[in-house]
Amino acid sequence: MVAYVARRLVFVVLVLVAVSMLVFGITALLPANVAYLILGSFATPEQVHALELKLGLTDPIWQQYLRWAGGFLSGNLGESTLMNRPIGPILAEAIGRSLMLTGVSFVLIAVIGVGLGIVAALRHGRPLDHGISVATYLGIAVPEFFWAIVVIVIFASWLGWLPASGYEPLSAGVWEWAKHLIAPTITLVFGHLAHVSRLTRSSMIEVMQSPYVTAARAKGLPERVVVLHHALRNALLPTITVLALDFGRLMGGIVVVETVFAYPGLGRLVVFSIQNRDLPTLQAAILVVAAIYAFANLLADLLYARFNPKIRFGRNVA
Amino acid sequence: MSRNPAPAMTTANPALQDVLQDAPAAPPRKPMSLQLKAGLAITGAIILLGLLAPWIAPHPWDTISMRTRFLPPNATYWLGTDEYGRDVLSRLLMGTRLSLAMGVSATVVSLAIGVPMGLAAGYFRGWIDEALMRGADVLMAVPPIMLGLLVLAVTPPALWKTALAVGFVYIPPIARLARSVTLSLANEEFIQAARARAESTSYILFREILPNAWPPLIVEASLRVTYAILLGSALSFLGLGAQPPSSDWGLMISEARSFLDRAPWIALAPGFAMCLLVIGINLLGDGARERLDPRLKARLGKA
Repeated sequence: MVAYVARRLVFVVLVLVAVSMLVFGITALLPANVAYLILGSFATPEQVHALELKLGLTDPIWQQYLRWAGGFLSGNLGESTLMNRPIGPILAEAIGRSLMLTGVSFVLIAVIGVGLGIVAALRHGRPLDHGISVATYLGIAVPEFFWAIVVIVIFASWLGWLPASGYEPLSAGVWEWAKHLIAPTITLVFGHLAHVSRLTRSSMIEVMQSPYVTAARAKGLPERVVVLHHALRNALLPTITVLALDFGRLMGGIVVVETVFAYPGLGRLVVFSIQNRDLPTLQAAILVVAAIYAFANLLADLLYARFNPKIRFGRNVA
Repeated sequence: MSRNPAPAMTTANPALQDVLQDAPAAPPRKPMSLQLKAGLAITGAIILLGLLAPWIAPHPWDTISMRTRFLPPNATYWLGTDEYGRDVLSRLLMGTRLSLAMGVSATVVSLAIGVPMGLAAGYFRGWIDEALMRGADVLMAVPPIMLGLLVLAVTPPALWKTALAVGFVYIPPIARLARSVTLSLANEEFIQAARARAESTSYILFREILPNAWPPLIVEASLRVTYAILLGSALSFLGLGAQPPSSDWGLMISEARSFLDRAPWIALAPGFAMCLLVIGINLLGDGARERLDPRLKARLGKA
């Protein structure tokens, strides 16, 4: 197991190094000059050249990359060209807010998704099962930005219960803070339920037909114990993997949701830095997202290996 | 999946003969599943509406008329009018073409790059396989929308660039599928025969393997069209795709955001349209996959 974890960890680090090259490479390859973008279209060639020298844009590309990556590793992420502030603190604040949003959404997706999956499996082929299928299917068939708008129309415009957008820190009061989280959370949860509930449903149905469940029933155990203690334990195995993957997907989902709800997290930072041509911030933010995404995937693999003896390498479980 | 029964049919081996008789090589036409029919009907209708849009749109899609602003749905304007007094239904119909074109062209881009990548990886194996697939891993290590944003970040936005970026983002899944199909085909007898005939590598790849790899690839690609439409419209929504006054659905929803209070229909109409299109294509793709891959059906049938 240790060897397996180590190997996977090395792989993730290598992938992240490659991603950092990709992120840097794309922004460097694109037919636009950072100095020119910063100064605007009225800059004279001399001004552009002076800034290029200052930013080191005349150095070979690999030197620029090494400087950037070295800075990243030592915690110096550079300066935002727009806000003229070090990127580190900006990014840290945004990450904190985004993790809050995705964390709450993730827990809800797990609990509601698995719950719906179990209910659908126990009633499979009946109207309730079909109802759950259709409802969760709608969740993924429709783009997140559309759900976000439906949520705003219903909860902010018609009912007036929630603010349409914005963010309040916890210090402004728990209710103020929670009020701004609810709408984006609903949007994210609804958009991601289907994967978890569908997978839980199908693996649950499969497990419920296996001999050991029949044996548990034959022993006279109450159905609740059979379902929750015997069947669910095995049925959750594939779900765990999908859950970790969903955490990665949430990191993509926040781009749209945070933009619509004007929630100042990582996703909005990415869009904001694109709209304002703030390349250093964009590079740093995307790299952070990729790192979270990659570690979520790693966690998925490790959890799967942990819970599935067949995959545990180096040890033969009979 | 392909079979190559022709030369084996005349085999003298009785065991093999049995197997061949048990396995129907070309099953008689099955009736289409309800799923497939519904998918065909919905998708077909939307494609037709998109193609006919310029002729059936009841009003010009881009004529600004300040006297007809924010009209709720009525007999003249079935889906109401927007903030410039333009007919929402007409814009929606014209937008259908954009969404379809965007989804299809992005998928064509992923196929054009991903399929040769997958063929090469699966056929040559070794370091080529490693290099290509680790490259795919790297692309997959960034959430698709972030990768799309990154690619689009520094160029002036335009819909064709968005289609290219979306196509680029979705190369890895196509390449992986093409690779696994190729791996399973590479050891088939007809490929060995082609090698024995000393056919060129490109002949084997594109004339022997590719035709047999198409069915699963086409099904996957049709499902990918919906991903592409969703991602493309999200990018348009964020301002990195179609630009005003285009009637791209993502852009329509984005522009309608400011008027949700007084005129929610402007945003709801393209939203529901997109919902219908995505569901239609998904039904079509799932239905086609079940029809083409009976093993999958058996597996799902149990669930």
